[in-house]
Amino acid sequence: MRDILTFSLIASTIRLGTPLVLAALGGLFSERSGVINIALEGKMLAGAFTAAAVTYAADNKLGLGAASPWVGLLGGMLAGLFIAVIYAVSCIKFKAEQVVSGAAINILMLGIPGFLSGAFFLSSGSTPQLPKDHLLPQSPVIIAITILALVALIWYVLYKTPFGLRLRSVGENPEAADAAGVSVSRIRYSGVLLAGVLAGLGGAYLSIGQSSLFTRNMTAGRGFIALAALIFGKWRPVQTLLACLLFGFTEAVSIQMQGVFKLPSGEDIPVQFIQMVPYVLTIVVLAGFIGSSRPPRALGIPYEKEK
Amino acid sequence: MLELRQITKRFGDVLANDHVDIVVKPGTIHAIVGENGAGKSTAMRIAYGFYTADSGEIVVDGQVRDIKSPHDAIALGIGMVHQHFMLVETMTVAENIVLGAEPGTNLALDLKSAGAQIRQLSEEFKLAVNPNEPIEHLSVGQQQRVELLKALYRHARLLILDEPTAVLTPLEVEEFFVILRRMREQGKTVIIITHKLSEVLAISDEVTVMRDGKVVGRVQTKETNAAELARLMVGREVLLRVEKSDPEVGKPQLELKNFSVTDLFGTKRVNDVTFEVRSGEIVGIAGVEGNGQTELIEAIAGLVDLARMTGVMNFEGRDLTARGARVRRELGIAHIPEDRHRRGLILDFTLAENSILGVHYRPPIAALAGGVFIDENAVQRRASEIIENFDVRPRNAALPARALSGGNQQKLIIGREYSVQPKLLLVSQPTRGVDIGAIEFIHRQLVGLRDAGCAILLVSAELEEVTSLSDRLLVIHEGRIAGEVDPKVATLEEIGLLMTRGH
Amino acid sequence: MTKLARDLLFPLIAVVAAFIVGAILILLVGDNPITAYRLLLGSALSWPDGIGYVLFYATPLIFTGLAVLVGFRCGLFNIGAEGQLYIAAFATAWVGIKFANLSPWLLIPFCCLAAILAGAVWGGIPGVLKAKFGSHEVINTIMLNFIAIMLASYFTQYHYKVPGDPILESAEIGAGAHIPHLGKFIPGFPERIPLNVAFILALLCCLLVYLFLWRTKWGYEIRATGSNPFAAEYGGISIRKQIILAMAVSGALAGMVGINEVMGHRHRYYDGFSDNYGFTGIAVALLGRNHPVGVILAALLFAALQHGGIYVDGFSQNVTKDIVQVLQGIIILFVAAEGFFKWLLRRRTSLERLRA
Repeated sequence: MRDILTFSLIASTIRLGTPLVLAALGGLFSERSGVINIALEGKMLAGAFTAAAVTYAADNKLGLGAASPWVGLLGGMLAGLFIAVIYAVSCIKFKAEQVVSGAAINILMLGIPGFLSGAFFLSSGSTPQLPKDHLLPQSPVIIAITILALVALIWYVLYKTPFGLRLRSVGENPEAADAAGVSVSRIRYSGVLLAGVLAGLGGAYLSIGQSSLFTRNMTAGRGFIALAALIFGKWRPVQTLLACLLFGFTEAVSIQMQGVFKLPSGEDIPVQFIQMVPYVLTIVVLAGFIGSSRPPRALGIPYEKEK
Repeated sequence: MLELRQITKRFGDVLANDHVDIVVKPGTIHAIVGENGAGKSTAMRIAYGFYTADSGEIVVDGQVRDIKSPHDAIALGIGMVHQHFMLVETMTVAENIVLGAEPGTNLALDLKSAGAQIRQLSEEFKLAVNPNEPIEHLSVGQQQRVELLKALYRHARLLILDEPTAVLTPLEVEEFFVILRRMREQGKTVIIITHKLSEVLAISDEVTVMRDGKVVGRVQTKETNAAELARLMVGREVLLRVEKSDPEVGKPQLELKNFSVTDLFGTKRVNDVTFEVRSGEIVGIAGVEGNGQTELIEAIAGLVDLARMTGVMNFEGRDLTARGARVRRELGIAHIPEDRHRRGLILDFTLAENSILGVHYRPPIAALAGGVFIDENAVQRRASEIIENFDVRPRNAALPARALSGGNQQKLIIGREYSVQPKLLLVSQPTRGVDIGAIEFIHRQLVGLRDAGCAILLVSAELEEVTSLSDRLLVIHEGRIAGEVDPKVATLEEIGLLMTRGH
Repeated sequence: MTKLARDLLFPLIAVVAAFIVGAILILLVGDNPITAYRLLLGSALSWPDGIGYVLFYATPLIFTGLAVLVGFRCGLFNIGAEGQLYIAAFATAWVGIKFANLSPWLLIPFCCLAAILAGAVWGGIPGVLKAKFGSHEVINTIMLNFIAIMLASYFTQYHYKVPGDPILESAEIGAGAHIPHLGKFIPGFPERIPLNVAFILALLCCLLVYLFLWRTKWGYEIRATGSNPFAAEYGGISIRKQIILAMAVSGALAGMVGINEVMGHRHRYYDGFSDNYGFTGIAVALLGRNHPVGVILAALLFAALQHGGIYVDGFSQNVTKDIVQVLQGIIILFVAAEGFFKWLLRRRTSLERLRA
C-alpha cells in the first residue's frame, strides 16, 4: 500500500512538474539574457490553448488521428513563439518596461483563448474534449527521460557553447558584451524567443498531456510558479529542475494526500496550506534566508546605447 | 590608419562633436587631449561603433567604412579600452577575453586553446594575468590588462585607450607606457585619450587637441610644450593659482580617529585614518582616484551603513559616528558630491524641488499644518535666491534639473549647500565637467566660505586645483593618509611620490 | 510638444491603436467590429443603469489604480494589489461578522479601518522585505497574491462559512456595517444599482493622494526616492522608510476595495470576487500616466469596457466578453511601449526629410 502510494506520488510529481520545468527553463533563457519574464503565464496559456485547438482540428478536420497531438504540440510551441515575438519586440526594440509588458501579455492571454474559443467552438473559453488515445504520452518514465535530456542539453548550451557565454554576458553586463562585438539585441531576442517556445511547450503538455482539453485560465498561476522555481533554482538549470520537482511534489501532495497529514490537534492540514508552500519558499529564498539568490545583474534593464 | 572626417554628433541640445577631423598615422602613438566634456570620448566611441555619428565619415586604411557597431570596428582591427572597463565581473578572465570571438565551433566553446593563446599574448606584451581568475577578484590594474588582452586577442591593429592612466599610480603609469611603446614597436597604432599634459608629452608622437566639441589644434609632440597645449585646451592662458589670504584658523570642527570604511565586499577602502579639519581652513585630499576618497567623503556625510565603519567621527566635539545623514545635515554638515547626477540632483525634479532637498522636511519649507505640508511660496523664494546669487541659468525654477548644463547644475548644488550656512563643507571634484568660467566662480566661492569661518574638506583629482585651494594637504594612498604637506612649498613630485608609494 | 499635450496624446493614441487591433481581431473571427464596439461602449452612457454601473465598476479600479500609482512614484511596482484587496476584503468581513451588533457609528469606521490596515500590512510586507533584504517587490507581491487568496479562502471555508451554503462565501456582516447605495441620496437614481458611498471615498482618495504626493514632505520624500534614490539618501531621506511607507500606503489604497465590495455591495466575503481589479489597476495607473486625474479617467474607460462586456456576451454573434480583457492587454502593451509611437513619429519625420 505504502509503495503504491509512493510510486503514484513520484509519478504525479513528474507529471505535474513537467509543465513547470519546461516553462522555468524557458524563463531561464530569457532572464539570463537580462529580460524579466513575468509573461511566462501568458505564454503557457497561449501554448495550452493552441495545442488543444490544433490537436482537435488536426484530428477532426484533417483526420490525422494519433499524429494529431504532435501537430498540436508544434502548434503550442509556435503560439508561445508568437507571443514571445510580441513581447520581445516591445521589450527589446521599443525598450518597454519589461514587467509592465509582461503583465500586459498575461492580461491579453486571459482574454484571447476565451475570445477565440467563443468564435470557433461556441464555448465560453474551453476547447472540445479530446479522445484519450489522441494525447501526448504520459508514461512517467518517458517524460522523466525527456526532461533529464532537455536539462542536460540546456546546461550544455548555457555553459559550454559560445551562445551560452554570450547569453550570460548579455544578462550580466550588456555594455561589455556590446563592446566585445556581441549584438545585445540579437542575443536577447534569442533568449526571449526560446523562452516562448519552451513555455508554449509547457502549456501544451498541460492541455494535451496532463489533461484532454483546454479550460479557461487552466494554467492557474503555473507560469508564476515556474518563475518562482527559476528564482528558487538561482537561475541555474539543474537547481531549477529540482525546484520545479519540489513544487510539482507539493501540488501532487495537495491533490493526493488530502487528509493524510494531520495537525497535532487531529485536524487535516488544509489543502490551501500545502498549495502555499512554493510561494512561501520563494519569498524565503529571495530574502536570503536559504543561501543567496542573486539575479543576473542587468535583469529588467533595457539596453540603451547612447545615453 | 584611422581618419575621422567632419564627424558631428549631437546629444539632445548638446553638440558633442562639431565637424571633427582627426588623422591618425599607422605605427604611432596619437594623443587626443582636451578638458572634460571636450568631446574626446565621443569621437572615439564613434570610431569604435558605440555611437553612430549624425554626419561625417570614418576612413580606415584609406577606405570609407560604415561602422555601425563595435562588431564592425573589431572586424576592421580596431580595439578600445574604455574608461569604465567593459568586463563581465562574474565571469573569468578567459571568458571575458574570448567573448564575441570565441574559439572552437558554435557547438563547443574551446576555453583550453583560448587559455594557451592568452598566455602567449601575456608573455609577448608582458601583461601577466591568470586566465581562470574571475574578474571580480582582480585589481583595477589587472582589469586594465585584461582589457588590453581582449583587444590584442581580436588582432586589433589600432588600440583606442580612453583615460587609461586615471586609475593608475604614477609608477604604474611608467610601466604602462613601457607596454604602449612595446606595442608601437610591434607595429600597432595607439590612440590615447587624456587630459594630463605631462603624459601626452611623455608618450605620444602626435597630438590632437579638442575643445567644446571641436578640434582646435594638431601638433607634433616634439614641436610643442605644456604651455602651448594648455592654451589650446582652455582657449586662453590658464590661471593656476587661486587668490587667497592666509587662513584664520579656529577650533577643530571635524575630527576623525582611527576611522575605517569597508566596502560591500569586505575590502577596507579607508584604512585607519586620523585627522582634523578646523574652522576657517581648507584641507585638501590628494590622491589617485579610487584610493578611498569617495568612501571617506560619503562616510563623513553619513551615506555609509554603520556596519561598514569603525573608529570615531566627531563633529564640534560630538560623536556622530552612529548618526545618519539627516542628523549630520541638521548640525551643519553640507556636501557637494562628486557625482552630481547620481547623488547631487534629482534630474526629473524642477530646480525649485531640487533646491529644497535636505531641508524639505523642516521650517520654513515644511511649515503648514504642523510641518506636514510644503509651503510653495517658501520653496519659490529659496529657489530664486539660489538662482540669483549663484547665477544659475536659465533663470527658470520650473525647469527640470536635467535641462541645465553641467556647470549650472553644479552651481545649483553649490548654492543649495551654501544656503544652509554650513559649519563643515565636504567637497568632491567640485569642477569636474564644468566650464572654465564656472570653475573660477566655484573656486572664489569656496575661498569665500572659508573666510567666513567654514571648515572645508576638499577632494579633487586635479592636483593643481587641490594644491592651489588647500591650506593643508593630506595625501591618500590605498585608504591611508600617506602624509601631510604644505601646499605652498611642496612640489608636485613630492606629492606624486606620496600618492604612489604611500610613504 | 508641451507636457500636458504629451500626457494626453500618448494614452489616447494607445487606446485608439488598441481598438484598431481589436477591430482586426473581431473581423478575423467573422464579426462586425462596429456592431461589437457599439455594444461594448454604447450602453455605458445610458441613464441610470449604464452610468450607475460604470461608476460602480470604476470604484475598485480607482482604488487599485491609485495603489499602483503610489508604488510607481516611489520606484516600486506593486503587482500585489490583487492580494492586498483580498486580504482587506476578508478583514472587513471578519470585523463585520465579529462585531455585528455594534452601532453603525462604531462598526463602519472599524470595518473601514480593518480594510485599510489589512491592505497596508499586506502591502507593507513586500516593502519590509525589500527594505531589509533587498528582495524584489515584483516577485514578492506576485507570491503574496497567491498566499492572500488561499488564506482568505481557507478561513472562509473552514471558519466563516454558513453551514450548508454551496458557495464559498462567508456569513453576512452585521447590518451596522452596511454603507448606503448612492440611490438613497440621488432622486431618480434607483437604489438597486450597487453604486455606493465607496465611490465618493474613491474620488476623495484621488484628491488625498494628490495632496499627499505633491504637497507634503512625505510625498516629496517618496517621489525623490522613486526618481533618484541615491540623491534622496544624500538629502537625508531614509530610502528604506520610504519603500515601506509607499508600499503600505499602496496596500491601504488597494485594501479600500474591500469597503466597496463588502460594506457597499455583497455584505459578505465572496471567494474570488475580484475581476482582476489588482491587475487592471496597473493598466489604470499606466494609462492615467501615474496621475490621480488620469487614474479617474482611465478607471472610467476600463469600467465602461467591463460593463459593455456583458452586452457583447449577450447580443453578439461571435464576440465574447473576453474582448474586454484583450483590449485591456493591448492597451497596456501600447502604453508600455511608448517608444513604439515615438519610433513611428521619428520614422515619419525622417521620411518627410527624405522627401523634402
